[in-house]
Amino acid sequence: MASTVEAPALIEPEAPESPPRRAGRRAAGLAAVAFRRTIAVVAFLAVWELAPRAQLVDPIFLPPVSEVVPALWDLAKSGQLWSNTEASLVRALSGFGLSIVLAVPLGLLIGWYRPVAELLNPLLELFRNTAAIALLPVFILVLGIGETSKIAIVLYACTWPILLNTISAVRTVDATLVKSARSLGLPAVRIFQKVILPAAVPSIFTGIRLAGGISVLVMIVAEMVGAKEGLGFLIGSAQQNFAIKDMYAGILTISALGLAFNQVLVLLERRFTRWRTDPGR
Amino acid sequence: MTPKISLTGVGKTFPVRGGGEFTALSGIDLDVAEGEFLVVVGPSGCGKSTLLDLIGGLTRPTTGRIAIDGAEVTGPALDRAVVFQQYALFPWRTALRNVEFGLEAKGLRRRERAEIARDHLDLVGLSGFEDRYPHELSGGMKQRVAIARSLAYDPGVLLMDEPFAALDAQTRDSLQDELLGIWAKTGKTVVFITHGIDEAVYLGGRVAVLTSRPGRVKEVADIDLGSRDAREDVRSSPEFAAHRHRVWSLLKDEVQTAQRLTVPAPRKEAIHLG
Repeated sequence: MASTVEAPALIEPEAPESPPRRAGRRAAGLAAVAFRRTIAVVAFLAVWELAPRAQLVDPIFLPPVSEVVPALWDLAKSGQLWSNTEASLVRALSGFGLSIVLAVPLGLLIGWYRPVAELLNPLLELFRNTAAIALLPVFILVLGIGETSKIAIVLYACTWPILLNTISAVRTVDATLVKSARSLGLPAVRIFQKVILPAAVPSIFTGIRLAGGISVLVMIVAEMVGAKEGLGFLIGSAQQNFAIKDMYAGILTISALGLAFNQVLVLLERRFTRWRTDPGR
Repeated sequence: MTPKISLTGVGKTFPVRGGGEFTALSGIDLDVAEGEFLVVVGPSGCGKSTLLDLIGGLTRPTTGRIAIDGAEVTGPALDRAVVFQQYALFPWRTALRNVEFGLEAKGLRRRERAEIARDHLDLVGLSGFEDRYPHELSGGMKQRVAIARSLAYDPGVLLMDEPFAALDAQTRDSLQDELLGIWAKTGKTVVFITHGIDEAVYLGGRVAVLTSRPGRVKEVADIDLGSRDAREDVRSSPEFAAHRHRVWSLLKDEVQTAQRLTVPAPRKEAIHLG
């Protein structure tokens, strides 16, 4: 599930070397790491730049990246970019935040009561596997075209991965750990608090990270369908007004937003699961 | 004097998936004296672990009575500690915090807990490893932490379910010696389960041999190896060989019977939380 590629540890030189040479080696090593980590992105940007210039693709529909960046800069200077980003962030984060507050406790409860979990699981799987976007018209019909329906659809879409991951987290806690706590005569509530809950944290975080990606996706679609501001609106209206460079500027902003959001969640996840053996590293 | 642990006519049957019953243990009579080191050996699947779960209070016997200090066992409590083969350390807690776990259950204050936990990590030779997480420790060290955790809240009885079975031979040998040292120092009553004859003879003051399914006590052998400090290598002494042969003979028929028996239907042994 790791979304960041960790660089392998640098190999220290075996023979003792003079400090300057060592520093030089280290700098070279760091440069090599930086190269490995950025080369694919650089290559992609180069293709984006060169393909329209070489007329391999129509530069009207895909302007070179060197023309998109100034458009992005103009949007940022006029304040449009920030106001749209802010509107999108408020929607995505409210829906996402509410889904955590709702789905984690609910999932803990459902997972704890095995019969309830068995009863509800088929229904939950059905909901999860119904693309949330398909329900967007329903949300608009019921809640109107304002903020409520947008936040609600994000909340709805984010709930399922968190809920299902939390339920399975509680249900798959190592039975030996539970047995060990039980052998001390701890009451069920204490076992839940001291064993089940901490053991479930990594899996709950996986659900939260999945939901983070989904929140951005659903928010954009909801804004494209009907909104007066937001990044989805910016992209959609730019396309309709044939402001192609602005459209790409909006897409770049969403990439950056998605990356930053995921990075924050990854850092939070690490912070809370430091005790774990990390197979990704 | 009442024995520390006493089992009278203890039997345990499990419901089998698809109806019927599976008898794991039947008619077990066994007394363990205060401060005794009793080893239970038996062929695999004879219900050794079930016996330990029963004494630990994790399951209730179908028939018979189990008592600690004369009082019937009705559930798990802090007067007994269980050490599992799979260590069962909490991976999100450091070694020290793992040892503190039972002390939290006892309701001790933080500073007191840390002090007692430190002493017990020292007892198992793990001073300096307080802040390590379980994944940073070797198998032998994990089991030391688990033993320290069990001893820390000062239970009278230590129940050990094949605790060294997952370790390599050298680690196992040294942990056996350390366990005997700890036992001598703390005077706990130990019930130790194993399928290894050498381990049983080496550790046990008495060795109870169980029959194959359903598990019954076939015989309880007294082991006397003399003073352990006196000899360099107890395992190569003629007394050791004699005791070993005796237990081996008792077990041989049972192992053969166990192998002849067909595999039982999977039994319901789910862990209930409530």
